[in-house]
Amino acid sequence: MADEPAMVQFYLMGKPHRVPRGLTIQKAMEYAGFRLLRGCGCRGGFCGACGTVYRTPGDYRLKVGLACQTVVEDQMFLALIPFYPAVKSTYRVEDLPPTSDTLISLYPEILRCVGCNSCRKVCPQEIEVMRYIAAAQRGDIAKVANLSFDCLMCGLCASRCPAEIVQYNVAILARRLYACHVARPADHLAARVEEIERGACEADLDLMVAAGEAEWRRLYAAREIEPDE
Amino acid sequence: MRLGGGSVRIPYFPGCTLHSKARGFDASARAAAQALDIIMEELPEWTCCGATFSMSADSVMGLVAPTRILVSAKEAGKLLTLCSFCYNTLKRTNRVIATDAERRRKVLTFIEEDYQGTVQTVHLLELLRDEIGFDALAKRVTKPLQGLKVAPYYGCLLLRPAEELRFDDPERPTILENFLKSIGCEVVDFPHKTECCGSFVTVGSPETARECSSSILEAAVKQGAEMLVVSCPLCQYNLDRAQREAPAGQAHAPAVPVLYFSQLLAIALGCDEACLHLDGLSVDPRPRLSKWLGQKAEVTALA
Repeated sequence: MADEPAMVQFYLMGKPHRVPRGLTIQKAMEYAGFRLLRGCGCRGGFCGACGTVYRTPGDYRLKVGLACQTVVEDQMFLALIPFYPAVKSTYRVEDLPPTSDTLISLYPEILRCVGCNSCRKVCPQEIEVMRYIAAAQRGDIAKVANLSFDCLMCGLCASRCPAEIVQYNVAILARRLYACHVARPADHLAARVEEIERGACEADLDLMVAAGEAEWRRLYAAREIEPDE
Repeated sequence: MRLGGGSVRIPYFPGCTLHSKARGFDASARAAAQALDIIMEELPEWTCCGATFSMSADSVMGLVAPTRILVSAKEAGKLLTLCSFCYNTLKRTNRVIATDAERRRKVLTFIEEDYQGTVQTVHLLELLRDEIGFDALAKRVTKPLQGLKVAPYYGCLLLRPAEELRFDDPERPTILENFLKSIGCEVVDFPHKTECCGSFVTVGSPETARECSSSILEAAVKQGAEMLVVSCPLCQYNLDRAQREAPAGQAHAPAVPVLYFSQLLAIALGCDEACLHLDGLSVDPRPRLSKWLGQKAEVTALA
């Protein structure tokens, strides 16, 4: 790293900015003077608000990443896509059978998939999007739920789909159907809910309420962020 | 694949409908194949084949999905399928990839694969005819369906375009007849066996499709058919639906069960009846089949 220049130049929607090497795209934008109001959420790679597309010199391929996770490169040409218009059905998941007919009636466009795999290529989470749309077409709800589990709903798949499918909304419907109708209820969850309803947490909560601001600050500062190895 | 001596495995592409509406087609074929020592190995990953072969000469998008499916069977060199739509789409796509260098290059560059069109798409009927042989099949039958009068219905997509599919004679096909004879059935010949059932016209103009299907059923019943067999989920749907959905004032089409050929095959080979999925038809075939079905199925039929 020693012989690499300390600064890199990247292009945001065509305009060049010089920033120190090693920053994430998000931090590089802030270094360049932007104040992020949209397209910036958890800053930790989970919320999916900062989907970014970019190209690098000499490569025709469109590359993707989350702005909060991807390190800025010299000569990177990028744009954030914080929002992409989507169709979203409203439903009561309790009332829907977990079948292909449910998915197809709420999102009939899934049958327009031509199998181009553009969604998979653009997914920053490397999810097998085309595969789960194929599973959705044939009503394999469990497979859609499992394949799409790491989806952050950044929306980049929908931005690239020639069949105009909004894949991530199909996927979350499938995960809801799976959780509601297919997966076995979790015994430990039911036991815990019952425990809480019996008042297992009341004493601790009362202590916290009574402790006051100074003690809250002390406890917050002393909290365990990552468990010690 | 070589038969004889242990079971053989062949990659299998079910297609979407066989995983949803036509489960009986899929399950009965798998069970019957297993009884014949053939393991139908479903491709680990697959998408819809597109269902219709793209006739467009200047767009390759319709070739992308079926080509990707063919590529995934590259190593085995063969891909088994059952649905007439899938068979038609995969086989015709492969012909384009094998013979049209420009479109091959375009599709394969796009999907980033290397493939020369070497996979042979095989229909289960072809496997029975060419690899096992109908005479040998007859010897494996444990419950010959003696006395059952069955009309073979081909529809369009298994046979046409004949010069591309090379499946059977498009005007006077015999493969289903020979198959039915090998499992003991009495074949009912009828003039409409290669007429169109209405196909996907059923979506936009259900009445047109109903008329097409009704005339097929009438012709078969007139010749004494007690059942029809098909190899296409859409033919099955159209023929079955014509029996229950008639416009006010019009007669329903003749009531006759429409089965997948693999369902009769599984019965004749003595497979577990759980694979048959014979429920949900306009006319319950189980009373007529009770002679060959076990006690449990007879009870269900009476219930």
